Amino acid sequence: MHLGESMRECEYSQISTRSSTPMETPYKKRTPKKRKWETFPGRNKFYCDGRIMMAKQTGVFYLTLVLILVTCGLFFVFDCPFLALQLTPIIPVIGGALFLFVLGTLLRTSFSDPGVLPRATPDEAADLERQIDVANGSTGYRPPPRTKEIVINGQTVKLKYCFTCKIFRPPRTSHCSLCDNCVERFDHHCPWVGNCVGRRNYRFFYMFILSLSFLTIFIFAFVITHIILSSHQNGFLSALKESPASVLEVVVCFFSVWSIVGLSGFHTYLISSNQTTNEDIKGSWSSKRGKDNYNPYSYGNIFTNCCAALCGPLPPSLIDRRGFVESDAPQLAPPTNGITMYGATHSQQSHMAAATPLLQQQSSEPVILTASPENGTTLPSRASLTLGGPCTSLPLGQPTPPTSTPSLSCHEVTDMLPIHGHTLNHSHPLQEQMAHHHYLTPEEVPSPPGMLPCSSPLGHSHTVQASFYNPASQDSLHEDSVRGLVKLSSV
Amino acid sequence: MAAEFHNLQEMQHSALLVTKVFIQRDYSEGTVCRFQNKFPSELNNRIERTLLEETVKTLNSYYVEAEKIGGQSYLEGCLACATAYIVFLCMETRYEKVLKKISNYIQEQNEKIYAPRGLLLTDPIERGMRVLEVSVFEDRGSSGSTPSSSMSSCSSAR
Repeated sequence: MHLGESMRECEYSQISTRSSTPMETPYKKRTPKKRKWETFPGRNKFYCDGRIMMAKQTGVFYLTLVLILVTCGLFFVFDCPFLALQLTPIIPVIGGALFLFVLGTLLRTSFSDPGVLPRATPDEAADLERQIDVANGSTGYRPPPRTKEIVINGQTVKLKYCFTCKIFRPPRTSHCSLCDNCVERFDHHCPWVGNCVGRRNYRFFYMFILSLSFLTIFIFAFVITHIILSSHQNGFLSALKESPASVLEVVVCFFSVWSIVGLSGFHTYLISSNQTTNEDIKGSWSSKRGKDNYNPYSYGNIFTNCCAALCGPLPPSLIDRRGFVESDAPQLAPPTNGITMYGATHSQQSHMAAATPLLQQQSSEPVILTASPENGTTLPSRASLTLGGPCTSLPLGQPTPPTSTPSLSCHEVTDMLPIHGHTLNHSHPLQEQMAHHHYLTPEEVPSPPGMLPCSSPLGHSHTVQASFYNPASQDSLHEDSVRGLVKLSSV
Repeated sequence: MAAEFHNLQEMQHSALLVTKVFIQRDYSEGTVCRFQNKFPSELNNRIERTLLEETVKTLNSYYVEAEKIGGQSYLEGCLACATAYIVFLCMETRYEKVLKKISNYIQEQNEKIYAPRGLLLTDPIERGMRVLEVSVFEDRGSSGSTPSSSMSSCSSAR
């Protein structure tokens, strides 16, 4: 975008009030210009100089890749020659095409920006703070919860304020705490794909699971055919001995089919009703919530919903990974303690109320569940947190239809809580408790609990847990909470 | 009084950034990109209401065009799907084309209307489509310019 770039250049030189002389900025002149991905605040990993963007934990993605490559490789090497000769050579051709399509969509899902919203600039954050102060007026004991209600197509929707990104989240946007980003039309964070699934890569994700279903069924069917045909000729046992790889393929495909096909079915339902996994789990638009509750984003008919989700326009990435960082960002109000303090204050005060019974009772489950009464959606949102999408709670081989998962999630919430309570009980300084509690704010933790009970045999949940409690990642939150406490003490 | 700038270059040499006014998104029609057409009070003496409203209305119409779900977007989507989305590596999507048009439009508006009044519009894409940022400038030469309300409230917040 040449004109956009020249605009930026113009803006930069207009607003800069300091003339950059060699004497003044020798240091800046010597350091090479950094690309924006290098200073990206979220917890993402970038490759190929910012062209590829993935989540921090990519172990499971490599497993997915290996499984697909190995199974297909074995199929092409051991089964295809026989099938091509005995039946038709079209089989390997179709198999090959499916395989390439699966790989293409997988890489596209994993490597692209899911629709991350860049964080607010300091000026924007200051402006928002000012507007909130003006709107609420009182600076009493309890600052009001930061939500904004709007009406979309006749349905009231609450927009929440994101403390990390310092913006009011647009509708359907959610903050993924694994990646520490707000993602537009957030569906879920998928560890199998190693990325969040959001507005920009949902169609690739859907195409991936759909084509993978076909591929799995295809391989399963033809490997069985191969074994049957072979056993007609030579007997069953010798057929197995001839191509032992087929057994492995059958096992992998058998277990995959249930989960992948189930997942495809679930997402087909979501697409046709224009919902995200997040919304479906929370029951945002379910009629159980109220008689007049309906989905304001649905176009009314299944066909239009599908077309909109899959063939709609693809918005470009908003985070401009490969652009260069402007070293002299013009600012009106430098980020003040006032902003973070206020942000911290709100959460600290609300969680102070929750923490005191915790200190007294030293028991976690009932307290945390009732911790934030002002936010009426705590429990359902926790249920949503835990599940994080059936994609995540379905390790290969578990036939779990989506409808049965909500009960699973509630159970897992309570399983999880003692861990949090345990941590809280052991940390003595109030600040640390605040930091942990702040971390538990529902709006900031949409998906990781979903990872924890994943019970994947790969130990993935273990690594996620480790990162969840990684003290290094909580430094900024710790800082905020300390400042918040300082402000509280001064009140 | 608002300084008179004849072009962006002049502003570049003599302007001092006073404040930034943010026009927020309007979500009343869903997640489609749309900016509020509410005239910010800080710009009361700087620009005529109709001019800004016209700009915002035109921008909104461009965004509607970009996000329109119709024949062309379906074709694009189906073609992309059929080629396993490889076609996106070589082809520019419709959305990107419209964004270029928007960028040109904003540049043109800045040169013709906003810079002469000491204002500067920032393309929303550079702010993550969250806000339409209007930077307000004062002539560096003018002394005793009163700090804007946002600056005073910021200092009181500290």
